[in-house]
Amino acid sequence: MKARVTVTLKSGILDPQGKAIEGALKSLGIGGIASVRQGKVFDIEIEGTDHNAAEAALKAAAEKLLANTVIENYRIEVTK
Amino acid sequence: MKSAVLVFPGINRERDMARALAHVAGREPAMVWHAERDLPAGTDLVVIPGGFSYGDYLRCGAIAARAPIMDAVRAFADKGGLILAVCNGFQIVCEAGLLPGVLMRNAQLRFICRDVYLRVERSDTPFTRGYNAGQVIRVPVAHGEGNYIADGETIARLEGEGRVVFRYASPDGIVDPNFNHNGAMNAIAGIINARGNVLGMMPHPENHVEAAMGCTDGRGLFAGLVDHFKLAA
Repeated sequence: MKARVTVTLKSGILDPQGKAIEGALKSLGIGGIASVRQGKVFDIEIEGTDHNAAEAALKAAAEKLLANTVIENYRIEVTK
Repeated sequence: MKSAVLVFPGINRERDMARALAHVAGREPAMVWHAERDLPAGTDLVVIPGGFSYGDYLRCGAIAARAPIMDAVRAFADKGGLILAVCNGFQIVCEAGLLPGVLMRNAQLRFICRDVYLRVERSDTPFTRGYNAGQVIRVPVAHGEGNYIADGETIARLEGEGRVVFRYASPDGIVDPNFNHNGAMNAIAGIINARGNVLGMMPHPENHVEAAMGCTDGRGLFAGLVDHFKLAA
């Protein structure tokens, strides 16, 4: 199975990198961009076919390592 | 004072730290590899030095914080052992949950490598007994992620309990946004845990301990620790 964990900064946490990207997009003349916040995507291959076990393992991975839950949120998606 | 300096792949300030400890304490520290599971018997002080453990992959300090030796470090802290965590070390102890908060990318997005001035907020800790409260010291910083943040409740608790130990300030000790180089909340440069045995700080006191370095303002931190253990003995 394939899975994706997306880690984003919690709202209210300053994101200087997102701000810099936002500034760069504006200086490129790309219109209509109100704001940018950046994050991380982890594409993970899961052994076996047990969907619930995969979700549990990914939750543990996100909580223990992939995200710092003081400042970040995470989202887990498991696809076939 | 028996010190142990932790060594992770990608750390590069461990020898500066070892030299400072040997110079001020008169005793070579043990160098402890991250894959070890135990600290040397009789360790008084654990030092987590600066550098770029695991290339700062994922988040600064995130992978080092989960290294095998960190269980022993956590147990050492639980028993009241003293831990000095500098720069990447500060990031590691925050990731390990030994101190609250996070070190984020510097507000100006630049890596900062220069001397800064710190106001020592209190002298009644084992780490700062070599200074006077309110004293200003000059020490170098070298980091891209030193911008301390925590939620409002945590900041209020740190301030209320007097756990901000070092603050970025002007040469005459005034906290001023112009001297808060990385944009840290409340100009926080170093904090201590509630029990008072774990200090995390971004600046490098170990790089200002000998006359040849051009400044010895960092020496008081190590000399104070030596005094602390001498008095305890």
